[in-house]
This record gives sequence, structure tokens and C-alpha cells, in this order.
Amino acid sequence: MAEANQLQPILMGRNLVKRYGRVTALDHSDFDLYPGEVLAVIGDNGAGKSSLIKALTGAAPPDIGEVYLDGKLTHFKNPMDGRSAGIETVYQNLAVSPSLNIADNLFLGRELKKAGFLGKWFHMLDHKEMQRIARDKLSELGLLTIQTINQPVETLSGGQRQAVAVARAAAFGSKVVIMDEPTAALGVKESRRVLDLIKDVRDRGMPVVLISHNMPHVWEVSDRIHVHRLGKRHAVIKPDTHTMSEGVAIMTGAMDPNDHPAGAFAQPKGA
Amino acid sequence: MATDDFEAVAAKAGGTVASFEVEKLSLGERLQRFLHNYPTAAPIFVLLLAILAFYLIVGEKFLAPFNLSLVLQQVTIIGIIGVAQTLVVLTAGIDLSVGAVMVLCSVVMGRTAIEMGLPSGMAIMLGFVVGALCGAINGFLITRLRLPPFITTLGTWSIFFAINLWYSQSETIRSQDIAEQASLLQFMGISFEIWGARFTLGTITLILLFIGMWYALNHTPWGRHVYATGDDPQAAQLAGIDTNKVLLSVYIVAGVICALAAWTLIGRVGSVSPQAGQTANLDSITAVVIGGTSLFGGRGAIFGTLIGALVVGIFQNGLALAGVDVLWQQFAIGLLIILAVATDQWIRRV
Amino acid sequence: MFKKTSIAFALSLSLLVPAVSHADGIVGLVTKTNTNPFFVKMKEGAEAKAKELGMTLQSFAGKVDGDNDSQVQAIENLISAGAKGILITPNDSKAIVPAIEKARKAGILVIALDTPLDPANAADATFATDNFKAGELIGQWAAATLGDKAKDAKIALLDLNANQISVDVARDQGFLKGFGIDLKDAKKMGDEDDKRIVGNDVTQGSEEGGRKAMENLMQKDSGVNVVYTINEPAAAGAYEALKAVGKEKDVLIVSVDGGCPGVKNVKDSVIGATSMQFPLLMASKGVEAVAEFAKSGTKPKNTDGLDFVNTGVELITDKPAAGATSITSEEGLKKCWG
Repeated sequence: MAEANQLQPILMGRNLVKRYGRVTALDHSDFDLYPGEVLAVIGDNGAGKSSLIKALTGAAPPDIGEVYLDGKLTHFKNPMDGRSAGIETVYQNLAVSPSLNIADNLFLGRELKKAGFLGKWFHMLDHKEMQRIARDKLSELGLLTIQTINQPVETLSGGQRQAVAVARAAAFGSKVVIMDEPTAALGVKESRRVLDLIKDVRDRGMPVVLISHNMPHVWEVSDRIHVHRLGKRHAVIKPDTHTMSEGVAIMTGAMDPNDHPAGAFAQPKGA
Repeated sequence: MATDDFEAVAAKAGGTVASFEVEKLSLGERLQRFLHNYPTAAPIFVLLLAILAFYLIVGEKFLAPFNLSLVLQQVTIIGIIGVAQTLVVLTAGIDLSVGAVMVLCSVVMGRTAIEMGLPSGMAIMLGFVVGALCGAINGFLITRLRLPPFITTLGTWSIFFAINLWYSQSETIRSQDIAEQASLLQFMGISFEIWGARFTLGTITLILLFIGMWYALNHTPWGRHVYATGDDPQAAQLAGIDTNKVLLSVYIVAGVICALAAWTLIGRVGSVSPQAGQTANLDSITAVVIGGTSLFGGRGAIFGTLIGALVVGIFQNGLALAGVDVLWQQFAIGLLIILAVATDQWIRRV
Repeated sequence: MFKKTSIAFALSLSLLVPAVSHADGIVGLVTKTNTNPFFVKMKEGAEAKAKELGMTLQSFAGKVDGDNDSQVQAIENLISAGAKGILITPNDSKAIVPAIEKARKAGILVIALDTPLDPANAADATFATDNFKAGELIGQWAAATLGDKAKDAKIALLDLNANQISVDVARDQGFLKGFGIDLKDAKKMGDEDDKRIVGNDVTQGSEEGGRKAMENLMQKDSGVNVVYTINEPAAAGAYEALKAVGKEKDVLIVSVDGGCPGVKNVKDSVIGATSMQFPLLMASKGVEAVAEFAKSGTKPKNTDGLDFVNTGVELITDKPAAGATSITSEEGLKKCWG
């Protein structure tokens, strides 16, 4: 797979190993994410999906193995390292502060200060600017249903909150956006919106890693699907070459990926 | 196997996700929403109601500028400590050691100035250093050793108070001696009159402190981080905030504010007594709670604590003027606390 | 000092000291709190005397004024430790009695200090200040000092707290009697209806409390010219309140205690007169009595005509009034405590 392609992976993991006591969560796993694609990561419970993601972002650095971002070897020791390098994560529990408003949440941890001496000496927040940017980001992503930027996030519906979290990742994530079970808690219509959002983010140039249990959503929105099994990258399939049932069979071990006519490891577009 | 196109089916359904009877909100519900957005409105309302009630009971004397400014003076110390307590409560913590820190700092200021003969300015500075140190100890125990704030500060309360008794040898330093040898310690007691109302420098300090803390909490990144840490610490961490650093800073600031309260206390009572401030922790929590700040963290306006302190002060002053037995003052304050917490729970349900 | 204080803070530690190697035995001291300088000095007096007589002192204290439970626990600890005698300043004169009876049944001599038990004979003996007399002395002094103006006086009463504890009541009512006011029920504060009383307020015995109570009572009637205070810290606080409005020279403040800061305040005309108590004497006499009991089994006898051994009370003032014996503050400084 690491053949001479003109397309280089933007995020790459090689030989990743992570052990927790006697449990081996990652067993010499590889990972490739190419620019401009939505890569879904599927796997049964306990397959090691979250350990894989944590190894890539720095939340739980691997015991053995390397992670490369844009071709450069990384040394992430905590998730903030990953974030400052340009890997943004939208967590399953959203990581938004309920009582703070939308603009505050968007800029949480990266607040803007007023220019000049008010910002320098008094650390004065530039509320107006943050609200303006927040409004822009949200409307860019087509989220116009939120009336006031000043609303506390807890007054928003689940889908709207998810949208704020995605907007935050897209606004600051310069290189990769990782989404952990984004539609798990949402209804039909709201899931639709989030899936459209994911496609928007990809179309605007940012690759997306999507972890999900929801096969229809995965099949709809991803370009390639990384199947994780028993701590390893078991196969990489495509929604247009494999059906959902085949995908689930490969994931659970009922089907050997090499038995499929399209092969076990699909190449990205342009490779 | 073709995928079931359930979404196409869903698209045929009506657009409404859920329909609510958009009936007119009852008055109660509208009030609930309003208070949810403006939690300080409830204590302000209680304060105004109390002032009106006591005016009717006691008469014009109650509303005299001198009396109202007197109440402000009487709540000054608790108000200052209340700022420290509010900060800690906003992070979903609680600080039971505030009174002990205050009295320890006052004893340090007094003894180093009088017994050791240090220049007053240095003695006061030393008091502030001790306050910061006590806060740092609290912060360290809570963040590094991950001890719950309630238990931690329960312990440090006893420890700081013991150190205070040991260092002071349980002896009081008289106001007259301080006035002669280290009058700077009584600085906050300097007062002046405006239109019949009397204000002390301590009261001015109280107001300035509230304004400063309001600014820090609402207009600086640190303030946002304090709220976020109390609201949902996990979310804050995932957003890149070093919650340990935030907590440590909060407790240190609280300690420094207690030292400020100590200096103000010496100004008010003139003397330095190791017995002072024994109910300060509970009184400050009372002010914070009545002021509408949630004990669960992340919600509340700093000015609420000032209102809360004033409510308590007005009640105590008004009931005393009305000649009511002190027992009923205690009863009234207890009732107010229950009302405040119940209101907080009610408006959270929006 | 640190050692002494650290002993004081071993509140709940059962000091099961084997009673083997101690010269003449253990004497226990249980005070109301360990923060009030009055009790700190009492402990010092007891320790000194115990050392002199070759006895071991174990001291305990309640956590706050009114804390009965800690004192019960202390007594139980002393029974286990095999103490020969217990000196106690009870927080609750009635509620402590069962524990006292247990101790006496175990053959321990129990002496009440400063505050009698209820009933007083629940203790083998009581060494106390006559708090009522202490109040009377300052009341008489105040009335005599005002002379004719006493019948139009405006009196503010700054008490300890709302609990009506015996010391508080005794001093307050003693003062009123000495001043010449009808007590109604001598066991209750605040039930008097004499027009001269502006009101009662509580101070918690502290300077802050004294200031606040004085401010509030002055708001009720700015003509207050006599202030009774439960103790000298409260008096100091009351003085600050008066000073803030320039009235400190027009108002008589009287108090009870006899602590050295308080006597100095008499010297500086902050306090007009104070009734001095003798906590060191109380404690050392108590230890002596226990030592005697341990040696010969004789129990101490009460002062004639009283239910207790009167350790004395003296009026300290620099402005002696007719009909009241007093000593000056200079002399008082030689006898003061703290």
C-alpha cells in the first residue's frame, strides 16, 4: 500500500501498538488518511477503534509505532499537541460548555482579545469580533436556524449543538477533522444535516475521519472505509464496491476481505 | 441487497419533527424563563421587597442614608470574603477555610507590625503573602492530590485556625496600640460622609473589588475558563483548558482576597483578635447562595453575592431596629437560604 | 507554646495514658472552648499548679461555646484514663450532669469552674466567679457615676448570644439589678420592660459582634449613654462603633473579665469600669483540691453562705464611684490575666 503514489497520506500511522496491562488494544495497526476524503472507521466493540484514534491525536500516545502528519513524524504527548498541529476532534459527548453561549464555546480555549493596549494589559475579550466570526462560521456551514449567537448552548437541540461543535472543529482545524459517533444521539432529520455538514467540510478541503456504528450513514457519506478488527487494520473497502452486509461481515470476521473481488485494501481517489 | 431508502420515506412525512402546543406560556413559566436568563433578578427582587417591608415596619429611620450606608459597612467584610467564595463556588468547589485564612492573615499583619516591629507596609504585604500561600495549599491539595474541595478546606480550616491560635498565643492586640504603632493597619477604617451617609475605605474597596472581579469573570479569557471549568470540567479540558491551572489560580486569588478582608477587618474593629471570623465561611456561603450562584458550579453572577450579602444585612439590621429577638433573625436567614436554593433548582428546570 | 496548643487540639484523641508512672495522678481540665483567652489562661494556671504538685494535667475543650458533646467525650476519656479529678467549665450545665455522675461514681472528684452545674450540687464543688455579683458591681458603678441622670439613662445591653446561657444571663441581670432595674424573671434576659432599656443585642463575645450590635442599638436610639457588655472584646468593638460617630466620650461602657487588654482599655478610658475575674486562681485552686483529694480523700468546702467557692471579683476603674470599692487600673494590671 505504501507504493509510490503521487498522493501522500495527510495522516499516517505505522505499526501502532498500545497495551493496557495484559490487554493489547492496538496490535501493530496501520492507518492512512488521504487529502480530500471522508474516511470512515468501523469495527466491532472492543476492536480498538478509539485506541487508534487516541494514538493518532495524542490523547493516548502509542507504546510502539509512529504517527506522521503531512509526512512529518509527530511526537504528540497529549490531545492539545495534536490540536495545535491541526488535528481537531469532535467528541462523542460534544465537549461544549452548556451554560456558555455559542460564541464563547466556539472560542473556548482560544479566546480573542481586543487589539491594542486593552487586550494586552487588561486581557479584554473582544466579544463583538468573536460573535461576528461565530455567526459567519455557522452560516458558512448552512446553519442559519440559530437565532442568537448569545444563546447558551444548553438551549440548543442536539443537532444544533453538534453543529456548533463541528463548526468549531472546522473553524480551527487546519488539517484533519475527526468525528466520533456524530449522529449517535440524533434523530433522522438532524442526522441528515450533520451528514451534509460532513460532506461540506470535506468539500472545503478538509479530510474527515468518521467513526460510526451507523452503517447507512457510513455508506452514504464516506469515500473509503477502514475496517478495524482485533487491534489491526483488517481491510479498507469502498461503499461503491462493497455492500453494507459485506462490510459488516468483514468487520465481524464472517467474511475474509481477500475473498472480495475488489480486494482487501482499496486505494484512494487519485492514487 | 438494496439499502432501504428510509430517508426518502422520511422525506415524504411532514416537516415537523415534533409539535408542541405553542400555547401561551403561563405567568409562572415566563417568570421561570426570565429568571433562568437573569438569575440575579431574584435576589434583587428580594432585596427591594425587604427594604420596602422594613420601611413599613420600622419607619423612616430605616431608609435614612446613614442607616443604609451602615448596613453596607456591616456587610463589607463578608462581602469581600463572598467574592472569594463566589470564585470558588463557580468552579463547583467550596472553601470552608476562608474565615481561618482571614484571621491568620490579620494576626500575621498585627503581630509582625507590633511585636516584631516590622514597618506597617511590610506587615500588610506579609499578610497578603500568607493569604496567597494558604490559597496555594488549598489549590495544591485539590488539584494535585485530587481531594474534594469540601473535605480539603474542612481540614485546612482547622489547620490554619490552629496556626493562628499558636502564632497569636491567643492574645488580642488592642486597637489603641495599633493606632499608636501601626496605624496603616487601620487604614480601611478611615471614613467620610456624603449627604448623611457614611462610607469607609473598606466599603469603597468592596465595591472596587466587585467591579474588578466582574470584569475579570466576564471580559477576560481567564473568566471564561473559570466558568467552563465549573460548568463541565471534561468539556473544558477537551477544549484545551488546563483546568488544574485554573483551579489553582482560583484558590490563590481567594486566599489573597481573604488577606484583603483581614486588612479591612482591622480597619473596622481596630484590634487584632485571633477569635475573629469564626462564622465567616458559612456567612460567605450564605451570601453566595442567596445571591443566586449555583453551588453546582458554572452559573451565577458575581454581583449576586453583593446582593446576597446586602439581603442578609438588611434583614439583620431591620429586625434589630424592629426590636425582634435575635432568634428570629437566625430563622429568617435560614428561610432565605432555603428559598434561594429552591428558586435556583426551579429556574434550572427550564 | 506550640506543645501546649497541640495538646489542646487533641480533642478527640483518647489519651489512654496508663496511670502507672505518674507521680500523684492525673487531673483533667475540660474547658468550654480553647480559643477564648479566658480558658487559655485557665489552662496555664492549671498546668503550672499541676507541675508544682507533681500531677499530670490532661486538657480538653469543646469546639464552640455550647458544645456539650465534646465535653461528655472528654469526661469519658478521663474516666478511662483513671483521672483522680476533673475540673470542668460546662457548656451546658444541665446536659453535662449524667456524664459528671458517671465520673463521680468512678470515684473521681469533679469540680465545676467558672460556671456552676445545674443543679449545682451535681459537682463535688464549684470554684467560680460570682457572675451575678460581677454584673452588679458594674451596674452599681454605672448608676453611681451617672448620679441624677441615672433615672433618664438610655441603656444598651450587649449580650453573648441567643442561647440564654447562665454566665450571660447572670452578668446581664446582675448589671440591671445593680443599676436599679426590675428584673422580672432573673433567669431570663430581655424580658424587662423598664423604659430606660434601649434593647438587647448579641455579640458572640467578639469585637466584630460588639461593633455591629452597638451600631444597631444606636440606630434604635442614638441617645444611648450606658452600654453593658458581656466581655471586654465586645466592649472594644462597641467603642469603635461609638468612635466612628464621635460619641465615645459621651457614653459609659462597662464590662466583665479582667483580661490585661481589657484593663489597659480601662486605663485608656475605653472602658469605664470592668469586673475582674481570676481564672488562674480558679484553676490552681481546683488542681490543689484534686491533689488533696488524691492524697487524703478530703473534698473541698464551699464558701460560707454560697453554693460555691468564691474565687473573687474585683471592680477595676480609674473613676471610683461612691459606694463601690474598686482598685485602679494600675493595680489591676498587676493582677490581670492574658
